Amino acid sequence: MKLARLSLLLLATVATALPAAAATLKIGLADDADVLDPDQARTFVGRIVFTALCDKLVDVTPELKIVPQLATKWSWSDDQKTLTMQLRKGVKFQDGTTFDAAAVKANIERSKTLKESRRKSELTSIDSVEVAGDHTVKFHLKQPDATLLAQFADRSGMMMSPTAFKKEGEKFSSDPVCSGPFQFVNRVQQDRIELKKFDGYWNADKIKVDAVTYLPIPDATVRLSNLRSGDLDIVDRVAPTDVKQVEQAPDIHIEKAVSLGYQGITINIDNTKRGDTPIGNEKLLRQALSLSIDRNALNQVVFNGVYKAGNQPFPPTSPWYDKSASMSGRDIDKAKALMKKAGQEKVSLTMNAPNSPQELQVAQVLQSMIKPAGFDLKIQPMEFASLLSADTAGNFELSQIGWSGRIDPDGNIDQFVRCGAGLNDSHYCNKKVDTLLQDARETQDNAERKQKYDAANEILMKDLPIIYLYHQTWLFGVRKDINGFKAYPDGMIRLEGVTKG
Amino acid sequence: MRSRSLTKLLANPSALFGLALVCFFIAVAILAPILPLDGPAATDWGAIRKAPSAAHWLGTDDLGRDLLSRMVWGARASLMAGVVSVFIAVVVGVPFGLVAGYFGGWVDQIISRIVDALLSTPFLILAIALAAFLGPSLTNAMIAIGLSAMPVFVRLTRGQVLAVKTEDYVEGARAIGLGHGRILARYILPNVFAPILVQATLTVATAIIAEASLSFLGLGQQPPAPSWGSMLNTAKNFLDQAPWMALWPGIAIFLVVIGFNLLGDGLRDALDPREI
Amino acid sequence: MLRYIAKRFAVAIPTLVIVSIFVFSLQKMMPGDPAVIMAGEQRDPQVIAYLREKYHLNDPVPEQYAFWAGRAVRGDLGQSLRSDVPVLDLIGDKLPVTIQLAVMAMIIAFAIGIPAGIVSAVKKGTITDYVANFVALSGLSIPNFWLGIMLILLVSVHLGWLPASGYVPLTEAPLRSIETMLMPAFVLGTALAATLMRHTRSAMLGVLQADYVRTARAKGLGERVVILKHTFRNAVLPIVTLSALLFGELLAGAVLTEQIFTIPGFGKLIVDAVFNRDYPVVQGVVLCTAIGFILMNFFADILYVVLNPRMRESL
Repeated sequence: MKLARLSLLLLATVATALPAAAATLKIGLADDADVLDPDQARTFVGRIVFTALCDKLVDVTPELKIVPQLATKWSWSDDQKTLTMQLRKGVKFQDGTTFDAAAVKANIERSKTLKESRRKSELTSIDSVEVAGDHTVKFHLKQPDATLLAQFADRSGMMMSPTAFKKEGEKFSSDPVCSGPFQFVNRVQQDRIELKKFDGYWNADKIKVDAVTYLPIPDATVRLSNLRSGDLDIVDRVAPTDVKQVEQAPDIHIEKAVSLGYQGITINIDNTKRGDTPIGNEKLLRQALSLSIDRNALNQVVFNGVYKAGNQPFPPTSPWYDKSASMSGRDIDKAKALMKKAGQEKVSLTMNAPNSPQELQVAQVLQSMIKPAGFDLKIQPMEFASLLSADTAGNFELSQIGWSGRIDPDGNIDQFVRCGAGLNDSHYCNKKVDTLLQDARETQDNAERKQKYDAANEILMKDLPIIYLYHQTWLFGVRKDINGFKAYPDGMIRLEGVTKG
Repeated sequence: MRSRSLTKLLANPSALFGLALVCFFIAVAILAPILPLDGPAATDWGAIRKAPSAAHWLGTDDLGRDLLSRMVWGARASLMAGVVSVFIAVVVGVPFGLVAGYFGGWVDQIISRIVDALLSTPFLILAIALAAFLGPSLTNAMIAIGLSAMPVFVRLTRGQVLAVKTEDYVEGARAIGLGHGRILARYILPNVFAPILVQATLTVATAIIAEASLSFLGLGQQPPAPSWGSMLNTAKNFLDQAPWMALWPGIAIFLVVIGFNLLGDGLRDALDPREI
Repeated sequence: MLRYIAKRFAVAIPTLVIVSIFVFSLQKMMPGDPAVIMAGEQRDPQVIAYLREKYHLNDPVPEQYAFWAGRAVRGDLGQSLRSDVPVLDLIGDKLPVTIQLAVMAMIIAFAIGIPAGIVSAVKKGTITDYVANFVALSGLSIPNFWLGIMLILLVSVHLGWLPASGYVPLTEAPLRSIETMLMPAFVLGTALAATLMRHTRSAMLGVLQADYVRTARAKGLGERVVILKHTFRNAVLPIVTLSALLFGELLAGAVLTEQIFTIPGFGKLIVDAVFNRDYPVVQGVVLCTAIGFILMNFFADILYVVLNPRMRESL
């Protein structure tokens, strides 16, 4: 016993006698990342880790403008079917190999062909990749694709070391090698991911911390209390109801940005299956349902008004939001009139909802909001796994589900409403909408694209396969001695220029 | 003998205290619909997370619902979960135990191995897996808890039967040619009744905590209906802003569980023929 | 003795087979397709189909079980669907964490439970005895997770004495590691302390009435010596065997405690795995828990036999 105490003391002395630790940034995340391979990864927090680990071909500004990262310049051919990119010179991967056009080709081909790849659908438009010089690469497309650059600003554009992935195959994730500012050191599942500064980084001057550790802490309260005590430097997703307190605390503050995604209710309108319901068959009822929801009050009650109420696939802060079709507010009389027109007075609804406290809070507020109009909502809580399976199988009437959001507007709308698209759980199909969305994809002119999306939205707001409710705000808790941190709409934690102490 | 047990039970102050606690909560649960309270699901967005006051004695929750009302209605869910799941455990477990103990042989071997297997998986883990399989709801949580608690009753009953079946009166019954069913029902069951009653009372306590645990993980009672466990599940997100939301359900669970534990201990002492 | 051990082992094997079949069929019946979760937000049907094939999710269930069991016998429990890490590695990572928690909880339980049990037995029928009994019963009746929440609220949020989470491995920063584990260990330990106290009390009561204790008293030995040397020594046997059994229960009790204090241990592993439909992990963890549980039971039995000479002869 004495010996044990002595050795413990000794260990403690050794621990404190070590030289002051180099500046390590500790970041608390809301979840554990999944596979650390950009081609296989699927979680949001995984993307946060990749932001430090892997550079992309291009990046975005907080205003969603696409800017150079590994590609310095790019241009489109006249028929919009060839994208030529000039690559940055002198870039090394973390294993010392050189980043060049051949590496880009190998990366894109891996994303397109690896069996486990989750990136295939993001890169379908690419027909082939051509090495047109050491640092020039050409993407030949099957058809024009205005969304491609935005894909390159996310996981599809992350460049891994071809040497590493050829050697490791699908096991790449156990020791990922990219060209980002930080390189992989160690990972303990559900506990921590440790990265250290990569000395050969092309932009090393901008990196002011020596190492970064990501710690998954799912409970928002616990995450915040660790930030307060100084055990963490930055935390992801502060609970909206905690914002007021954080703002009053002297040594921490909030950085925020409205997200790119949305939360809403997907309605099954497939009248050959479970969608053969009054609300699935009759758009007037869907309009009545939408009208009986007070989105601002919902945001106030559940999120203390910190999130952003909305009625479109894009948040009101987005350049793609259609201001002429902004929220009309709750109107119970009008909702009742619409229901009468549809020949209904009372409608019973069943909504699948994820069984987490916050989602259920939203569901309960909705339940009591729509009751006066004559909607009797039954909440069917499910674990997220079951909810997804039910959505995919079309086994639902209403489903409370959202989307994390994409940089390009197409990513928030096309795959959910195009006839037969992968995530079109509602089974909505309207050729007019399809044409508009396809046209918007094929032009690089943003003004023209916006026009097409506005037109599509106008139709969708009458048909309502999805009723949009609100947009999450990314809330980062940051300690006072951390400088240079900025929140982005994509919710990523970019470490360029971030200093500690 | 029964009346002596009862006298003994009534003379035991801590058992009486337990009985009183249990009766109090049962009364609250039964009277819930006629008590002059707001509905447990009646939201008031003007009174969100308000501290206890004259209007709301125990305060309000995150949707402005009256916590007193939710506590009262929550008592129904929690007590029902405790009692129904133990009922399931007894109804399923006791017959298996009787059969295993009485007939012995390969029937006993099979039943005992299955019971061993179930007992070697920790109770809560088994309940979580079952509840996840059945889908989150109060009914399913009760089934999951009941099935998880069942093996204890099989083992207990089997042990009792083994002890009783060699007694003279059982041998005698067999000698006069009574059928197995009769012997089990008339001679064996009454003699294994006392320890099962004690175990059942104590298991109700465990089951109430188990329901709260499952609801806490989102696998039990589903909104807007309240149970103490699901109230805690919501409350843990507002510890800082509204600590009272977490306080009341915890205290209630504690009181009702200690009530059942005291009662169970008292029953054991009263029904135990041996005196320590 | 050896025959006894061999017999116990023979009985344990069918038990393990039943456990694994049971868990296997249970998760196959669970709603929610792991391939859909693994495919990610895009839910690419091609990827889903590939994953279902890769992990043999389309095969008939008995075939899947045979495949799994065949590998398990060779010590390969498969890979986590979520992270692609071998299940055995995951368990190897998490087990020491939970064992540390369990050992600390055990120490706390012993420190409270045994002295309380002794005092309560010696002062049987007095106010002290009643109070000790009531406190013990309270320890059994408080929901673990609620106590955890209240402690976080009081000790971390209001007083700021101990961190609410932030586990560090013992090997990395021992003092800090112990500090972060203190609250969860206390939460787990209290319930155990109550059980220990009740058993110590009844074991002590049994021994206190024995002849040799009376003799010792008659010899005029001091009360302290009588209680500690003669009585407790003999009462310790059932307590030791009980502790081995309790250790298994501790592993289970860690489920919610780890969830609340976000300790990356065994309990958190299994809850997350159930929610993510990470079948191989659920299966592997339950199997390992069952093995641990059976071993502990076995250990307790052996210990009982070894410590108790009378039992040894009867075998």
